Amino acid sequence: MHEMSLTEGVIRILEDQAATHGFTKVKTVWLEIGELSTVVPESMEFCFDAVARGNPLTEGARLEIIRVPGTAWCMDCSADIKVTSRVDLCPLCDGAKITVTGGEEMRIKELEVE
Amino acid sequence: MCTVCGCGDSKIEGHGHSHSHGHGHGHDHDHSHGHDHDHHHDHGHGDDKDIHFGMGLAGVHVPGLSQSRIVQIEQDILGHNNDFAGRNRAWMESHGVFALNLVSSPGSGKTTLLCRTAEMLKHRFPLAVIEGDQQTSFDADRIRATGIPALQVNTGKGCHLDAHMVETAIARLPVPDDSVLFIENVGNLVCPAAFDLGEAYKVAILSVTEGEDKPLKYPDMFHAAGMMILNKTDLLPHLDFDVERCISYARRVNPDIVVIQLSARTGEGFDQWLAWIVEGQRRAVAGKTR
Repeated sequence: MHEMSLTEGVIRILEDQAATHGFTKVKTVWLEIGELSTVVPESMEFCFDAVARGNPLTEGARLEIIRVPGTAWCMDCSADIKVTSRVDLCPLCDGAKITVTGGEEMRIKELEVE
Repeated sequence: MCTVCGCGDSKIEGHGHSHSHGHGHGHDHDHSHGHDHDHHHDHGHGDDKDIHFGMGLAGVHVPGLSQSRIVQIEQDILGHNNDFAGRNRAWMESHGVFALNLVSSPGSGKTTLLCRTAEMLKHRFPLAVIEGDQQTSFDADRIRATGIPALQVNTGKGCHLDAHMVETAIARLPVPDDSVLFIENVGNLVCPAAFDLGEAYKVAILSVTEGEDKPLKYPDMFHAAGMMILNKTDLLPHLDFDVERCISYARRVNPDIVVIQLSARTGEGFDQWLAWIVEGQRRAVAGKTR
Protein backbone atom coordinates (compact mmCIF):
# COMPACT_ATOMS: atom_id res chain seq x y z
CA MET A 1 0.00 0.00 0.00
CA HIS A 2 2.60 2.50 -1.07
CA GLU A 3 0.19 4.11 -3.51
CA MET A 4 -0.46 6.86 -0.98
CA SER A 5 3.15 7.99 -0.92
CA LEU A 6 3.37 7.62 -4.69
CA THR A 7 0.29 9.81 -5.01
CA GLU A 8 1.83 12.39 -2.71
CA GLY A 9 4.83 12.27 -5.02
CA VAL A 10 2.54 13.05 -7.94
CA ILE A 11 1.07 16.05 -6.12
CA ARG A 12 4.56 17.28 -5.28
CA ILE A 13 5.57 17.11 -8.93
CA LEU A 14 2.40 19.02 -9.84
CA GLU A 15 3.24 21.71 -7.30
CA ASP A 16 6.76 22.00 -8.68
CA GLN A 17 5.46 22.26 -12.22
CA ALA A 18 2.85 24.83 -11.22
CA ALA A 19 5.51 27.03 -9.66
CA THR A 20 7.83 26.68 -12.64
CA HIS A 21 5.30 27.08 -15.40
CA GLY A 22 2.75 29.36 -13.90
CA PHE A 23 -0.51 27.47 -13.76
CA THR A 24 -2.82 27.51 -10.79
CA LYS A 25 -5.24 24.71 -11.49
CA VAL A 26 -4.76 21.14 -12.61
CA LYS A 27 -7.83 19.74 -14.32
CA THR A 28 -6.61 16.36 -15.53
CA VAL A 29 -3.56 14.24 -14.84
CA TRP A 30 -2.60 11.43 -17.20
CA LEU A 31 -0.50 8.72 -15.61
CA GLU A 32 1.18 5.90 -17.44
CA ILE A 33 1.14 2.84 -15.21
CA GLY A 34 2.70 -0.33 -16.51
CA GLU A 35 1.03 -3.67 -15.88
CA LEU A 36 4.27 -4.91 -14.32
CA SER A 37 4.79 -1.87 -12.10
CA THR A 38 4.18 -2.12 -8.38
CA VAL A 39 1.06 0.03 -8.55
CA VAL A 40 -2.57 -0.99 -8.32
CA PRO A 41 -4.48 1.59 -10.43
CA GLU A 42 -7.62 1.39 -8.31
CA SER A 43 -5.58 2.21 -5.18
CA MET A 44 -3.94 5.08 -7.00
CA GLU A 45 -7.36 6.51 -7.92
CA PHE A 46 -8.58 6.14 -4.36
CA CYS A 47 -5.49 7.84 -2.98
CA PHE A 48 -5.55 10.58 -5.58
CA ASP A 49 -9.07 11.55 -4.61
CA ALA A 50 -8.03 11.74 -0.98
CA VAL A 51 -4.82 13.68 -1.53
CA ALA A 52 -6.09 16.05 -4.25
CA ARG A 53 -8.96 17.21 -2.08
CA GLY A 54 -8.19 20.27 -0.01
CA ASN A 55 -5.32 21.36 -2.23
CA PRO A 56 -6.36 24.41 -4.29
CA LEU A 57 -4.10 23.28 -7.12
CA THR A 58 -5.61 19.83 -7.48
CA GLU A 59 -9.08 20.03 -5.92
CA GLY A 60 -11.50 18.41 -8.33
CA ALA A 61 -8.78 17.21 -10.69
CA ARG A 62 -9.45 14.10 -12.72
CA LEU A 63 -7.00 11.22 -12.82
CA GLU A 64 -6.70 9.27 -16.05
CA ILE A 65 -4.60 6.13 -15.92
CA ILE A 66 -3.13 4.81 -19.13
CA ARG A 67 -2.26 1.15 -18.70
CA VAL A 68 0.90 0.10 -20.48
CA PRO A 69 0.90 -3.62 -21.32
CA GLY A 70 3.70 -5.85 -20.15
CA THR A 71 6.06 -6.97 -22.89
CA ALA A 72 9.09 -9.20 -22.83
CA TRP A 73 11.69 -10.83 -25.04
CA CYS A 74 11.97 -14.61 -25.11
CA MET A 75 15.58 -15.60 -25.67
CA ASP A 76 14.76 -19.10 -26.85
CA CYS A 77 12.12 -17.98 -29.37
CA SER A 78 13.90 -14.72 -30.26
CA ALA A 79 10.49 -13.12 -30.16
CA ASP A 80 8.63 -10.27 -28.50
CA ILE A 81 5.90 -11.63 -26.27
CA LYS A 82 3.18 -10.26 -24.05
CA VAL A 83 3.33 -10.90 -20.31
CA THR A 84 1.01 -9.97 -17.47
CA SER A 85 3.38 -10.63 -14.57
CA ARG A 86 7.05 -11.17 -13.85
CA VAL A 87 6.53 -14.86 -13.37
CA ASP A 88 4.81 -15.54 -16.71
CA LEU A 89 6.29 -18.15 -18.97
CA CYS A 90 6.68 -17.61 -22.70
CA PRO A 91 3.31 -18.27 -24.37
CA LEU A 92 5.12 -19.72 -27.39
CA CYS A 93 7.52 -22.19 -25.78
CA ASP A 94 6.54 -22.27 -22.08
CA GLY A 95 10.12 -21.30 -21.28
CA ALA A 96 11.25 -18.98 -18.50
CA LYS A 97 14.17 -17.32 -20.30
CA ILE A 98 12.42 -14.04 -20.77
CA THR A 99 13.45 -10.46 -20.15
CA VAL A 100 10.87 -7.81 -19.46
CA THR A 101 11.08 -5.00 -22.01
CA GLY A 102 8.05 -2.87 -21.16
CA GLY A 103 5.25 -2.37 -18.70
CA GLU A 104 7.25 -1.14 -15.71
CA GLU A 105 6.33 2.53 -16.22
CA MET A 106 5.12 4.79 -13.43
CA ARG A 107 5.11 8.20 -15.05
CA ILE A 108 3.13 11.39 -15.16
CA LYS A 109 2.65 11.77 -18.88
CA GLU A 110 0.87 15.07 -19.17
CA LEU A 111 -1.45 17.52 -17.53
CA GLU A 112 -4.41 19.63 -18.49
CA VAL A 113 -4.00 22.87 -16.63
CA GLU A 114 -5.21 26.43 -16.56
CA MET B 1 -2.29 13.99 6.20
CA CYS B 2 -1.87 10.51 4.88
CA THR B 3 -4.39 8.25 6.50
CA VAL B 4 -3.40 5.04 4.85
CA CYS B 5 0.31 4.76 5.00
CA GLY B 6 1.18 7.79 7.05
CA CYS B 7 3.87 9.12 4.78
CA GLY B 8 5.03 12.49 5.88
CA ASP B 9 4.54 11.26 9.40
CA SER B 10 7.94 9.69 9.75
CA LYS B 11 10.27 10.68 12.47
CA ILE B 12 13.75 9.94 13.55
CA GLU B 13 13.89 8.55 17.03
CA GLY B 14 14.23 11.23 19.64
CA HIS B 15 13.51 13.97 17.17
CA GLY B 16 9.81 14.03 16.84
CA HIS B 17 8.69 16.92 14.78
CA SER B 18 5.15 17.74 14.09
CA HIS B 19 3.92 18.47 10.63
CA SER B 20 1.10 20.88 10.55
CA HIS B 21 -0.55 20.48 7.22
CA GLY B 22 -2.88 23.34 7.74
CA HIS B 23 -4.78 24.27 4.68
CA GLY B 24 -7.75 26.50 4.57
CA HIS B 25 -10.83 25.07 3.04
CA GLY B 26 -12.45 28.41 2.68
CA HIS B 27 -12.29 28.82 -1.07
CA ASP B 28 -15.35 28.80 -3.11
CA HIS B 29 -15.03 26.14 -5.62
CA ASP B 30 -17.10 26.07 -8.68
CA HIS B 31 -15.98 24.06 -11.60
CA SER B 32 -17.83 22.60 -14.46
CA HIS B 33 -16.73 19.38 -15.98
CA GLY B 34 -18.61 19.93 -19.15
CA HIS B 35 -15.71 20.51 -21.47
CA ASP B 36 -15.00 18.23 -24.35
CA HIS B 37 -11.55 16.96 -24.19
CA ASP B 38 -10.01 16.02 -27.46
CA HIS B 39 -6.71 14.62 -26.63
CA HIS B 40 -4.97 15.09 -29.92
CA HIS B 41 -1.82 17.12 -29.97
CA ASP B 42 1.61 16.64 -31.38
CA HIS B 43 3.96 14.81 -29.10
CA GLY B 44 7.51 15.95 -29.21
CA HIS B 45 8.98 13.62 -26.67
CA GLY B 46 12.54 14.47 -25.90
CA ASP B 47 14.44 14.11 -22.67
CA ASP B 48 12.58 13.17 -19.51
CA LYS B 49 12.86 16.69 -18.27
CA ASP B 50 11.54 18.25 -21.42
CA ILE B 51 8.59 20.44 -20.94
CA HIS B 52 6.25 21.08 -23.81
CA PHE B 53 3.51 23.54 -23.46
CA GLY B 54 0.85 22.59 -25.90
CA MET B 55 -1.44 25.09 -27.41
CA GLY B 56 -4.55 25.94 -25.47
CA LEU B 57 -7.26 23.46 -26.21
CA ALA B 58 -9.48 26.19 -27.49
CA GLY B 59 -6.73 27.40 -29.76
CA VAL B 60 -7.40 31.03 -29.04
CA HIS B 61 -8.02 32.90 -25.89
CA VAL B 62 -11.63 33.89 -25.47
CA PRO B 63 -12.35 36.28 -22.64
CA GLY B 64 -14.62 34.67 -20.09
CA LEU B 65 -13.88 31.15 -21.17
CA SER B 66 -11.32 29.04 -19.45
CA GLN B 67 -8.21 28.49 -21.40
CA SER B 68 -6.99 25.00 -20.67
CA ARG B 69 -3.71 23.84 -21.97
CA ILE B 70 -1.83 20.59 -22.03
CA VAL B 71 1.53 20.34 -20.34
CA GLN B 72 3.59 17.29 -21.18
CA ILE B 73 5.93 16.58 -18.35
CA GLU B 74 6.91 12.91 -18.73
CA GLN B 75 8.16 12.61 -15.19
CA ASP B 76 8.73 9.47 -13.23
CA ILE B 77 6.43 9.37 -10.22
CA LEU B 78 9.33 8.13 -8.15
CA GLY B 79 11.58 10.86 -9.52
CA HIS B 80 11.72 12.76 -6.25
CA ASN B 81 12.71 9.67 -4.28
CA ASN B 82 15.17 8.70 -7.00
CA ASP B 83 16.84 12.11 -6.80
CA PHE B 84 17.48 11.59 -3.10
CA ALA B 85 18.61 8.02 -3.74
CA GLY B 86 21.06 9.25 -6.36
CA ARG B 87 22.49 11.76 -3.92
CA ASN B 88 22.80 9.09 -1.22
CA ARG B 89 24.53 6.76 -3.67
CA ALA B 90 26.97 9.47 -4.78
CA TRP B 91 27.72 10.29 -1.15
CA MET B 92 28.38 6.63 -0.32
CA GLU B 93 30.59 6.19 -3.36
CA SER B 94 32.66 9.21 -2.43
CA HIS B 95 33.07 7.98 1.15
CA GLY B 96 33.75 4.31 0.38
CA VAL B 97 30.58 3.19 2.15
CA PHE B 98 29.10 -0.19 1.21
CA ALA B 99 25.37 0.02 1.88
CA LEU B 100 22.92 -2.87 1.99
CA ASN B 101 19.15 -2.50 2.12
CA LEU B 102 17.76 -5.50 4.00
CA VAL B 103 14.18 -6.34 3.07
CA SER B 104 11.92 -9.15 4.21
CA SER B 105 8.63 -10.07 5.80
CA PRO B 106 8.27 -9.31 9.49
CA GLY B 107 9.84 -12.05 11.57
CA SER B 108 12.33 -13.41 9.04
CA GLY B 109 15.19 -12.80 11.43
CA LYS B 110 16.69 -9.61 10.00
CA THR B 111 17.68 -8.15 13.33
CA THR B 112 19.15 -11.40 14.66
CA LEU B 113 21.10 -11.70 11.41
CA LEU B 114 22.35 -8.14 11.82
CA CYS B 115 23.36 -8.58 15.45
CA ARG B 116 25.43 -11.68 14.65
CA THR B 117 26.92 -10.03 11.57
CA ALA B 118 27.84 -6.96 13.62
CA GLU B 119 29.53 -9.06 16.28
CA MET B 120 31.62 -10.89 13.69
CA LEU B 121 32.62 -7.86 11.60
CA LYS B 122 32.92 -5.01 14.07
CA HIS B 123 36.66 -5.42 14.53
CA ARG B 124 37.37 -5.46 10.78
CA PHE B 125 35.86 -2.17 9.64
CA PRO B 126 33.40 0.42 10.90
CA LEU B 127 29.72 -0.50 10.80
CA ALA B 128 26.52 1.50 11.10
CA VAL B 129 22.88 0.50 11.11
CA ILE B 130 19.69 2.32 10.18
CA GLU B 131 16.65 0.54 11.60
CA GLY B 132 13.29 1.11 9.96
CA ASP B 133 10.12 0.19 11.81
CA GLN B 134 6.70 1.68 12.15
CA GLN B 135 7.10 2.08 15.89
CA THR B 136 9.49 1.43 18.81
CA SER B 137 13.26 1.52 19.02
CA PHE B 138 13.54 -2.13 20.09
CA ASP B 139 15.59 -3.13 17.06
CA ALA B 140 18.03 -0.23 17.31
CA ASP B 141 18.44 -1.04 21.00
CA ARG B 142 19.36 -4.64 20.11
CA ILE B 143 21.92 -3.44 17.58
CA ARG B 144 23.41 -0.86 19.95
CA ALA B 145 23.87 -3.63 22.53
CA THR B 146 26.50 -5.08 20.17
CA GLY B 147 28.43 -1.79 20.31
CA ILE B 148 27.47 -0.66 16.81
CA PRO B 149 25.98 2.80 16.23
CA ALA B 150 22.35 2.41 15.23
CA LEU B 151 19.60 4.89 14.52
CA GLN B 152 15.94 4.04 14.61
CA VAL B 153 13.73 5.61 11.96
CA ASN B 154 10.05 5.23 12.78
CA THR B 155 7.88 5.55 9.73
CA GLY B 156 4.67 6.04 11.69
CA LYS B 157 2.12 4.23 9.60
CA GLY B 158 4.47 4.21 6.60
CA CYS B 159 5.15 0.88 5.00
CA HIS B 160 8.68 1.51 3.74
CA LEU B 161 11.77 3.65 4.17
CA ASP B 162 12.34 6.25 1.48
CA ALA B 163 15.56 7.84 0.31
CA HIS B 164 14.94 11.12 2.08
CA MET B 165 14.61 9.36 5.45
CA VAL B 166 17.90 7.59 4.75
CA GLU B 167 19.64 10.84 3.84
CA THR B 168 18.50 12.37 7.12
CA ALA B 169 19.58 9.29 9.05
CA ILE B 170 23.03 9.20 7.43
CA ALA B 171 23.63 12.79 8.47
CA ARG B 172 22.55 12.06 12.02
CA LEU B 173 24.31 8.73 12.69
CA PRO B 174 27.04 9.58 11.44
CA VAL B 175 28.30 7.00 8.92
CA PRO B 176 32.14 6.77 8.93
CA ASP B 177 34.22 6.55 5.76
CA ASP B 178 35.01 3.02 4.52
CA SER B 179 32.20 1.54 6.58
CA VAL B 180 29.44 -0.95 5.89
CA LEU B 181 25.98 0.54 6.34
CA PHE B 182 23.09 -1.84 6.94
CA ILE B 183 19.66 -0.37 6.34
CA GLU B 184 17.02 -2.63 7.84
CA ASN B 185 13.83 -1.76 6.01
CA VAL B 186 10.31 -2.04 7.40
CA GLY B 187 9.23 -5.70 7.41
CA ASN B 188 7.22 -5.81 4.21
CA LEU B 189 7.83 -7.71 0.98
CA VAL B 190 5.79 -5.31 -1.17
CA CYS B 191 6.39 -1.59 -0.84
CA PRO B 192 10.15 -1.38 -0.18
CA ALA B 193 10.74 -2.97 -3.60
CA ALA B 194 9.79 0.28 -5.32
CA PHE B 195 11.92 2.66 -3.27
CA ASP B 196 15.60 2.98 -4.09
CA LEU B 197 17.48 4.23 -1.03
CA GLY B 198 20.86 4.61 -2.69
CA GLU B 199 22.09 1.21 -1.53
CA ALA B 200 24.58 -0.97 -3.38
CA TYR B 201 22.27 -3.99 -3.10
CA LYS B 202 18.91 -4.98 -1.78
CA VAL B 203 19.21 -8.19 0.21
CA ALA B 204 15.95 -10.13 0.54
CA ILE B 205 15.81 -12.35 3.59
CA LEU B 206 13.44 -15.29 3.49
CA SER B 207 13.21 -17.64 6.41
CA VAL B 208 12.53 -21.28 5.72
CA THR B 209 9.52 -21.19 8.03
CA GLU B 210 7.71 -18.94 5.57
CA GLY B 211 7.04 -21.10 2.54
CA GLU B 212 9.11 -21.66 -0.56
CA ASP B 213 6.73 -19.91 -2.94
CA LYS B 214 7.33 -16.39 -1.66
CA PRO B 215 9.56 -15.41 -4.61
CA LEU B 216 6.59 -16.06 -6.90
CA LYS B 217 4.08 -14.42 -4.57
CA TYR B 218 6.18 -11.26 -4.21
CA PRO B 219 8.11 -11.18 -7.49
CA ASP B 220 8.83 -7.46 -7.46
CA MET B 221 10.92 -7.74 -4.34
CA PHE B 222 12.93 -10.75 -5.49
CA HIS B 223 13.38 -9.10 -8.86
CA ALA B 224 14.77 -5.96 -7.22
CA ALA B 225 17.08 -7.83 -4.84
CA GLY B 226 20.67 -8.69 -5.69
CA MET B 227 20.78 -11.41 -3.05
CA MET B 228 18.40 -13.77 -1.33
CA ILE B 229 19.32 -15.11 2.09
CA LEU B 230 17.55 -18.25 3.20
CA ASN B 231 17.58 -17.87 6.95
CA LYS B 232 16.81 -20.29 9.82
CA THR B 233 18.26 -23.25 7.95
CA ASP B 234 18.83 -24.96 11.32
CA LEU B 235 15.06 -25.59 11.30
CA LEU B 236 15.04 -27.37 7.92
CA PRO B 237 14.97 -30.90 9.42
CA HIS B 238 11.65 -30.04 11.03
CA LEU B 239 10.01 -28.52 7.96
CA ASP B 240 8.82 -29.50 4.50
CA PHE B 241 10.54 -26.50 2.94
CA ASP B 242 11.97 -27.42 -0.48
CA VAL B 243 15.17 -25.36 -0.76
CA GLU B 244 15.84 -26.19 -4.40
CA ARG B 245 12.33 -25.29 -5.44
CA CYS B 246 12.54 -21.99 -3.59
CA ILE B 247 15.82 -21.12 -5.31
CA SER B 248 14.39 -22.04 -8.72
CA TYR B 249 11.40 -19.76 -8.07
CA ALA B 250 13.72 -16.91 -7.11
CA ARG B 251 15.82 -17.44 -10.25
CA ARG B 252 12.67 -17.40 -12.33
CA VAL B 253 11.97 -13.80 -11.33
CA ASN B 254 15.64 -12.85 -11.16
CA PRO B 255 18.13 -15.12 -12.99
CA ASP B 256 21.10 -13.25 -11.49
CA ILE B 257 20.11 -13.41 -7.83
CA VAL B 258 22.84 -14.63 -5.46
CA VAL B 259 21.56 -17.12 -2.89
CA ILE B 260 23.11 -17.77 0.51
CA GLN B 261 21.74 -20.27 3.03
CA LEU B 262 22.45 -19.62 6.67
CA SER B 263 21.20 -19.70 10.22
CA ALA B 264 21.54 -16.45 12.12
CA ARG B 265 20.93 -18.42 15.33
CA THR B 266 23.66 -21.08 14.96
CA GLY B 267 26.00 -19.23 12.60
CA GLU B 268 25.89 -22.05 10.05
CA GLY B 269 26.57 -20.68 6.55
CA PHE B 270 27.87 -17.35 7.85
CA ASP B 271 31.30 -17.63 6.22
CA GLN B 272 29.89 -17.08 2.76
CA TRP B 273 27.75 -14.13 3.87
CA LEU B 274 30.63 -12.44 5.69
CA ALA B 275 33.00 -13.04 2.78
CA TRP B 276 30.49 -11.40 0.45
CA ILE B 277 30.26 -8.32 2.68
CA VAL B 278 34.04 -8.12 3.08
CA GLU B 279 34.45 -8.22 -0.69
CA GLY B 280 31.77 -5.56 -1.18
CA GLN B 281 33.40 -3.31 1.38
CA ARG B 282 36.81 -3.79 -0.23
CA ARG B 283 35.41 -2.80 -3.63
CA ALA B 284 33.60 0.22 -2.20
CA VAL B 285 36.81 1.48 -0.63
CA ALA B 286 38.87 0.73 -3.75
CA GLY B 287 36.34 2.51 -5.93
CA LYS B 288 36.07 5.57 -3.75
CA THR B 289 35.37 8.47 -6.06
CA ARG B 290 36.90 11.18 -3.99
